[in-house]
This record gives sequence, structure tokens and C-alpha cells, in this order.
Amino acid sequence: MENSKISVRDLNFYYGKFHALKNINLEIERNKVTAFIGPSGCGKSTLLRTFNRMFELYPEQRATGEILLDGKNTLQADQDVSLLRAKVGMVFQKPTPFPMSIYDNIAFGIKLFENLSRSDMDDRVEWALRQAALWGEVKDKLAQSGSGLSGGQQQRLCIARGIAIKPEVLLLDEPCSALDPISTAKIEELISELKDSYTVVIVTHSMQQAARCSDYTAYMYLGDLMEFGTTKDVFFKPQRRETEDYITGRFG
Amino acid sequence: MTLPTQSALLKYKKRKWINRLALTLSLAAMVFGLVWLVWILWEIVHLGLGGLSATVFTQMTPAPNEDGGLANALYGSGLMVVLATFVGTPVGIFAGIYLAEFGEKTWLGSVTRFVNDILLSAPSIVIGLFIYSLVVVKLKNFSAFAGVLALALIVIPVVIRTTENMLRLVPNALREAAYALGTPQWKVVLTVTLRAAKSGVVTGVLLAVARISGETAPLLFTALSNQFWSSSLMQPMASLPVTIFKFAMSPYQNWQQLAWAGVFVITVFVLALNILARWITRAK
Repeated sequence: MENSKISVRDLNFYYGKFHALKNINLEIERNKVTAFIGPSGCGKSTLLRTFNRMFELYPEQRATGEILLDGKNTLQADQDVSLLRAKVGMVFQKPTPFPMSIYDNIAFGIKLFENLSRSDMDDRVEWALRQAALWGEVKDKLAQSGSGLSGGQQQRLCIARGIAIKPEVLLLDEPCSALDPISTAKIEELISELKDSYTVVIVTHSMQQAARCSDYTAYMYLGDLMEFGTTKDVFFKPQRRETEDYITGRFG
Repeated sequence: MTLPTQSALLKYKKRKWINRLALTLSLAAMVFGLVWLVWILWEIVHLGLGGLSATVFTQMTPAPNEDGGLANALYGSGLMVVLATFVGTPVGIFAGIYLAEFGEKTWLGSVTRFVNDILLSAPSIVIGLFIYSLVVVKLKNFSAFAGVLALALIVIPVVIRTTENMLRLVPNALREAAYALGTPQWKVVLTVTLRAAKSGVVTGVLLAVARISGETAPLLFTALSNQFWSSSLMQPMASLPVTIFKFAMSPYQNWQQLAWAGVFVITVFVLALNILARWITRAK
């Protein structure tokens, strides 16, 4: 694909001696939503965490191969990890508001990379909260603690925090698994709006979620990328028996 | 629902009796512990309040059978405790941060943690003698400075331990979220994890303060005591615990009464610190 934002080339990943990802090759298209599905332990979160080198926090984890972001290999040692993470944002399974006010939760990341005036910062915070469809609910209590919000609101706060630093790619690691259906619907709606400006990669356990909000789907199993294609193809005419079994619920 | 069989019913009854027995035993254990505690508090209030008056806070420690108070001892204790806390707290917090955030699995971290556990349970008289031989003997003088050092040495392991434990309670997801924004490690620690553990860390410091307020042994060989008002750090300084020790062992009635007043003041102070510590953790 000439329009790919991220290209994964011969990626292998190890937790100590355990071989968790085996020769992954994958293209992630710009301004599209790509979903990773598969049973627990298949490596989909592991793959996601190689895109922003999150795994490097743990010394026993390592990756070999190449991950090209706009053609540049991000696994190389000379890639600045902070700058990579500023470009490739991430939202986690459980909402993780920082122990500070709603406003400061958003401003925290911005201050790392930009020196904004007070009013510019106010505008940026409002913009990020609007993007995450949270502004209306919190605009009168920006000074209150972020942990006082409901689970769904906290998760949208985390999305806003990720968006606020204007990344190019947004990684979502099962962002709805701790949320109720209404919050989930709001976040899924948000995801389809976000792809106009960002490249989105989402790991999900919910097949319906992948079908509803992704353009491309990758099915993984035991560290192998079994099948990858447009979501329509993967769901309606899967090439492999295993994919079909998983999608139809006969397995997994 | 089907009716339970005879044997299942018997089993259930037996379980209920065991439950009652266990509950009674643990209640008895609790009452046994509480009785002594309440008794101690009662004696302290009973005997301490009798000797308590405004002069306790305004006058110097007296000669036997003369009127006086505990002003110099209160001042000395206050000063040394505050200084020791200021010296010991930053060291303890930084070392605790190292153990929890940087040296978690390193060789240096494990050794430090082990040594700190030893220091934590070291008898305070050992610490007093250590500072005595290190500072008092070298300077050829008992001094408040040496007392501060000895107390700080008791503060440090307590603060290290609580800081490390509190930081470990911070979920890793929060750290990852901060790193995911491209935050450098020192900033993650200072602005996210330490802040999340703040109330626990403060509680640890307060408990350390409560602990050193009542320590006698480390001051006996370092700050010694002083009959008079002294604010020089290089001179011997009076402290509440040492004064209580001296006065309570004496045959003089007025000294004994002042000792009880001092015990009362210390107890109320430590009790207040503990309540404050609980309140801070609760307020979270």
C-alpha cells in the first residue's frame, strides 16, 4: 500500500524466551481505522505496544524487525522515544486519569512539547475536550479532579489527553472493555470521527465493535497474523477457516 | 428448593457453632488488648492532668523541690524533632522513589531494601550509641546537633519504607499512561506517581514524627539534657523524653509530677498526629 502510515516488516517479539509475535508483516493505512482481533493471548495488544515502544518499559521484552512510521524505522535506537510517543498516542483498557484536575490532565501532555500562553492553552484544552465529546459535560468543572468523573467520562478524558498533543496515530487498547454500552457507543462514534484527522488502530475483544467501527481488520492467533484485509472482506468472506470459526463464534 | 438432608443440616449447625466460637475468641482477644490500652490512657490522663498547668509551658525545668515547668524540654524536643524531620524526610522520600521507580529489580535496590529493613528494626539505643561514637566523641561535646542526627537516622528508614510501599500501590497503568504521552521518567515520577501516592507518603512522615517524638534512647547519648534554656545546636539540649526519664526516676515529688505532665503532653501530641495521619488517608 502506498498510502500506509505504519508498515510492519518481519516483526518478532519476545517476552524473555517466549516468542509472542512471529514474523508479522502488516500495512496500516493513513486516516483509516484498523482493528486487531483474536482470542486472549494472541498478541494483538503486544503488537499495538510495539508501535509506540511501550514494551521498552520492561527490560525482558524485546522486538526485532522493522516498524516504519512514514517510512522511518521507529525501532531503531536513534529514534527518540518521547518524540515517537508524541506522534503515536495511546489510550488504555482502564481509564487512567492523572491525579490532578480535568484541565491539568489535558494540559499535562501539551506542556511537555509546547509552550503555550494561558489563553492558547485554554483553547487547546477546550478543543481536545470537544474532540473527545466531553466538553459539554465538564466545561463547568474543569478545576475538579479527573478521578471524580464516571468511567466513560474518564475514558473520554484519556482520549482527549491523547488527542491534545496532536498525535498522528492513535492506538486504542480495548478502550471500551471497562465501559457500559452507552459510553461504548459514544466512544465508537468518536472513533469514526477521529479517523478524519488521525490514523487509528484499535485492539478489541468485541467482534461487533470491530465490524462497526473499523475499515481494516487483522485476525491474530497465537502470535501469528492469520488474516488481514478490509473489515468487509474479513467478516463476510474470510479466506481462512480459523478466521471464520472465530468470527462466527465457533471458537475463541 | 429441595429439603436439606439430615447430615447436611448437622454440618450446617456445626459450622454455625464454629463461627460463634471463633467470633467469641477474637472478641476476647480484642478486649484483652483494649483493656491495657485504655488503662494506660486512663493513668496518663489521671496522673498527667494533675501536674498540668500553665507554668509547665512557661517555666524551665526546676531543681528538686522547687517550682518549675518543662518549657526548655518542650522547646528542645520541638526543635530537634522538626530539624530531624527536615533532614530525614527528603532523604527518605528520594530513597523510597529510587527503590520503587528506578532500582526496583536492580542489585543495588535489593541490597538497599534489605539494609533499610535492618535499620528499620534496629533498636534505637544502637543508633544513639552510633551517633555518640561518630559525633559526640569526635566533637568532645554532647550536642543538640548529634541528637538531630540520631533522630533523623530513625526517620529515614520509616519514610523510605512507607514511600516505597505507597508508590508500589500506584497502578502500573497510570505510569504507562504517562509514558505514552512521551513524558520523561523523572517527570512521570514527580508529577504523576508521587502525586498519586501523596497522602500515603505524608502519612508515613507523620508517623515517623510521632515515633521520634517519644524516642529517649537516641537522645540520651547525643543531646543529653540541659537544666536551662539553650537554643544552641552545639550545646546539650533538654528534650521531653529524656526529662521524663530523669524526673520519673527521681525521688522528688515535684519532678515526678512534671514527668507525668510531660507524658500526658507527649501522648496527646502523638495521638493527634495519628488521628491527623488517618484523616489524611481517609480524605483521599
